[in-house]
Amino acid sequence: MRGDGEEPFTAERVRAILETVKDPEVPVVSVVELGIVRHVAVDGARVAITITPTYSGCPAMREIEQDIRAALAAEGIVDVTLDTVHAPAWTTDWIGADAREKLRRYGIAPPGPAEEGGLITLTHRRAGVVCPHCGSGNTELRSEFGSTACKAIHVCNACREPFDEFKAF
Amino acid sequence: MKGPANAGTGPAHAGTVPPVAGKREAEIANPLFEYLLRLGDDRLVLGHRMSEWCGHGPILEEDIAMANIALDLVGQGSSLLKLAGETEGAGRDEDALAYFRSEPEYRNAQIVELPKGDFAFTVVRQFLFDAYSVLQWDALQQCTFAPLAGIAAKALKEDRYHLRHSGDWMLRLGDGTGESHTRAQSALNDLWRFTAELFESDAVDEAIHENGVVVDLAAIQSRWQQTVGDVVRRATLTLPAAGASSSGGRRGRHTEFLGHMLAEMQIVARSHPGAKW
Repeated sequence: MRGDGEEPFTAERVRAILETVKDPEVPVVSVVELGIVRHVAVDGARVAITITPTYSGCPAMREIEQDIRAALAAEGIVDVTLDTVHAPAWTTDWIGADAREKLRRYGIAPPGPAEEGGLITLTHRRAGVVCPHCGSGNTELRSEFGSTACKAIHVCNACREPFDEFKAF
Repeated sequence: MKGPANAGTGPAHAGTVPPVAGKREAEIANPLFEYLLRLGDDRLVLGHRMSEWCGHGPILEEDIAMANIALDLVGQGSSLLKLAGETEGAGRDEDALAYFRSEPEYRNAQIVELPKGDFAFTVVRQFLFDAYSVLQWDALQQCTFAPLAGIAAKALKEDRYHLRHSGDWMLRLGDGTGESHTRAQSALNDLWRFTAELFESDAVDEAIHENGVVVDLAAIQSRWQQTVGDVVRRATLTLPAAGASSSGGRRGRHTEFLGHMLAEMQIVARSHPGAKW
């Protein structure tokens, strides 16, 4: 609208910058692709971003906030408000097909559909998480808690490699 | 005892809490604040106990699992104490509430403050608490106090993982070797008298109906007994007989163990108030 040198911010531009901010623990997918960024609002030079934590105890959340601020500051956007919301609760169902493929190529089995089931499910044993290395479905769960809050550890019976799964949540 | 010098937020230290538990029992000025402390302190204290295993787990995968669970619990505690501080409106944030309250000001149930014991004790305690917590979150995610409902819905997803994990270990320890069975049974016996406190309700639970927080503790208790009874039976363990119970944590009366734990948890924050890294 304005033809002067001040390029107005748009929500699209802010989103494009946020696409460059990767999850520090899974550096192939962005905070937008993971569904951590819930909302972007632009009012003049002010930017308000709403984010949601993946897990309550995810130690990367603080770093993600800092990375978001730094990435925007590098583009001259400094008047930034970051709000954290809990509802609706983050779910891996928000991770899109492209991002799932990036995870797989990085060696992390992408999440299956977020489980519903009963409130209390004492047995799980989802069979056949596909090995991201060799593609075999002959794999077994080692632990539902892996190197980060969002991952489980599996081992492949075909190629004998251990691998991480981005667990359905 | 004052809050950390948190660069000019709020009326400075107006919110110093009266230290004597007895006084507070008579009139509870802000029941919702009190209730959020109970929820938050349960998670923070249990999370800290779980974190004591970090680097000491029986196997690598379990060490990682326990650290993950500890992080979830401390994170939940942090969200709840933050909300408690906002509800109180005296300028205390989650760090002020975690690090600058002393033992009688903590509102956790006694079961979560007991020392971590051996691995069986940690597993059995975690299982008993997880089974309770999942039901509590399920009730709270339906409450009309939106900020709490949001935290509950999120925490529920985490605690369902925790419960599956601790439930699995109950079976493996109870129905494992002679030694693991003996240790699990002994832990269950020692912990049993601390479980009743989780289902006690008082004036605080009544008063927060006004805030849209209604939790049917009797219904939760009966479902908890079902789950616990089922797992204990499948683990070839025996439910202890009902007997004397120990409680008081919700009103600031704790076992001798909480003070020592808090001393360790709080020393850095108290030695260097407002420190950042």
